[in-house]
Amino acid sequence: MNIEIRNGRVIDPKNGVDRSTTLFVADGKVAGLSDAPAGFVAEQTIDATGCVVCPGFIDLGARLNSIEAELAAAVAGGVTSVVVPPDADPPLDEPELADRLVHRGTEIGKARVLPLGALTLGLNGERLSELAGLKKAGCVAFSQANRTVVDTEALLRAMEYATTFGFAIWLQPQDYWLSRNGIAHEGEVSSRLGLAGIPVAAETIAVGTIIQLVRVTGCRVHLTRISSAAGMALVHRAQHDHLPITCDIGVHHLLLTENDIGFFNPHARFSPPLRGQNDRQALSTAAVAGLAAICSDHTPVGADDKLLPFGEAKPGATGLEVLLPLTLKWAEEAGVSLSDALGRITWAPAEILGLSSGQLASGAVADICIFDPETTWQLTPETLKSRGKNSPWLGYMMTGKVSTTLVGGRIVYQA
Amino acid sequence: MHNPQLNKDGELTHLLTIEGLPQRILTQILDTAASFMEVSAREVKKVPLLRGKSVFNLFFENSTRTRTTFEIAAKRLSADVINLDINKSSASKGETLLDTIDNLCAMHANLFVVRHASSGAPYLIAEHLHNTGRDDIHVVNAGDGRHAHPTQGLLDMYTIRHYKKDFTQLRVAIVGDILHSRVARSDIHALTTLGVPEVRAIGPETLLPKHLDKLGVHVFHDMNEGLKDVDVIIMLRLQNERMTGALLPSAGEYFRHYGLTPQKLALAKSDAIVMHPGPMNRGVEIHSAVADGSQAVILPQVTFGIAVRMAVMSIVAGN
Repeated sequence: MNIEIRNGRVIDPKNGVDRSTTLFVADGKVAGLSDAPAGFVAEQTIDATGCVVCPGFIDLGARLNSIEAELAAAVAGGVTSVVVPPDADPPLDEPELADRLVHRGTEIGKARVLPLGALTLGLNGERLSELAGLKKAGCVAFSQANRTVVDTEALLRAMEYATTFGFAIWLQPQDYWLSRNGIAHEGEVSSRLGLAGIPVAAETIAVGTIIQLVRVTGCRVHLTRISSAAGMALVHRAQHDHLPITCDIGVHHLLLTENDIGFFNPHARFSPPLRGQNDRQALSTAAVAGLAAICSDHTPVGADDKLLPFGEAKPGATGLEVLLPLTLKWAEEAGVSLSDALGRITWAPAEILGLSSGQLASGAVADICIFDPETTWQLTPETLKSRGKNSPWLGYMMTGKVSTTLVGGRIVYQA
Repeated sequence: MHNPQLNKDGELTHLLTIEGLPQRILTQILDTAASFMEVSAREVKKVPLLRGKSVFNLFFENSTRTRTTFEIAAKRLSADVINLDINKSSASKGETLLDTIDNLCAMHANLFVVRHASSGAPYLIAEHLHNTGRDDIHVVNAGDGRHAHPTQGLLDMYTIRHYKKDFTQLRVAIVGDILHSRVARSDIHALTTLGVPEVRAIGPETLLPKHLDKLGVHVFHDMNEGLKDVDVIIMLRLQNERMTGALLPSAGEYFRHYGLTPQKLALAKSDAIVMHPGPMNRGVEIHSAVADGSQAVILPQVTFGIAVRMAVMSIVAGN
């Protein structure tokens, strides 16, 4: 179908486009900007007056506990591709499971599903899964979600094996021993509230180990959910040394700190934990500098699993539908241009994944988000399509609302 | 931030922690407790302040002594007392904490005395009561995880005031496992709120929480140095499970460095008092000669504890 998106402010961060113009879509691809391609006849016209037209967001971490609801939530949040960590039940450690997930995603036909295969069987950190088989079934990389490979030799072998095939490994750096009993950042707040702490060293030790193993193996590694200033500094140095290491930051970690735990608010429990103000500042600086992509780390948690004392509540927050407003909020606080902010959730994640999407160049796949950057709305459980109503932002006003989402040139969401 | 333990008039409606409470409320509790000391000395040890009200002792973690003192305190206020040992009932059947609370509310509870192994559990209950429009039901924290044990903190303050009169000239040392101690946290907040100029924490690095200085506490690793010229020594219990493993090499080595012996006690002021929240480990954190000595006020603490708990319950739930 030929679609003409008129009067919008077209922002394509990768290609440095930011102007009011018309975007043409044909055959599921971007067909042109400003000037209609020869013979183009619009079958549908979208009036994007007052709206931003940008590449659909690519979320580097979203759990899909109930896939239909969560994929609907994704496109309602302007997210056109979701990377799914393998810590589902059962873990995604067999090609057949990956195959089924990909098919189910295609069947639902909303956001694209990009599964991460389990690096080890059952995510137990011991035996490797059939990586090549998982890759063939559609896995984009391999991960332990937020679990650790405790055995360093197993991690080394996993990297060597992945390198053989040119596969990437995604790891959430967290030392098992220093984090297993902890429930909050080891700092002022955990000391005051009597919450068992997870020290920053839990992250730096793991990042350090991974960096050394990357040095030895040359394995392509993506570090997920960096949470501390010191951890980010190590990643930065590794990138400076031209090691094939990238990273991302959960959007909540750009906006919240340990202080947001307040009086034991279970919605402020995250894995990795929200850390100190200096950590938040360093993460923000890294995101501004383009050292890290931003993701939602969408983790839908049922009410029963949050209505518990802080340490017993499940960590995580709903994210897909707040990724855009929270990224905009961060951009405003950090003084980042709209185009740069959108870059962190479009082409930056695309590059990490090695995809050519996340842009609006002619010929690019027409995954597009149209949103009103001025509309404010109150976040309530009812406004969320996700089954996960868990958010530290419930009751808060959000700025930025998605009006239309296209995946492969098809309109998959309209407000 | 809104303090969930105060109502809109700034009065105490729950006692969840001492942190953030104004000095006037702490003093009000101590003064009220003093008036109840006289009740405990009477032939008929009862006042009718909570007559017709139901106090539910909700102990999700075992405790005999704290529960008993709450029970005695509630009975002296003429309340009906129901003891629930949750370990053995609903929790093992999979009922959630808030379901348990809803059920007990349906039985017309007026006051919950809650002990729970998770830091913050009483906040969850208080917030739930508020969100469900039951602001007339009150919560008293009887110890949550490592977070707070406010009535113990208050009875410690009562004890200090009883023996030392004035808080504003004192040096107080808290010795031992502060990291895992809810008593220590409550004591620290109470002492600083009441104007004690010097609060010291003494222990090995493995048993001290990070950033203690932010709470206004001076940290000492050497007990001989830390006890110098103090007026009050609060010893903490060392749990059995901490004595081996990575925190400490042995109970013996702990006692040699952090056990309170008559020799170490001599470093404090000659009229210093020695306190302990109990139960004591003789020969682990405290030498018997000190525990039974003339400077120990450990048993009076228990007696004061009843009056303090009467005061807290009558203030939050009385009319």
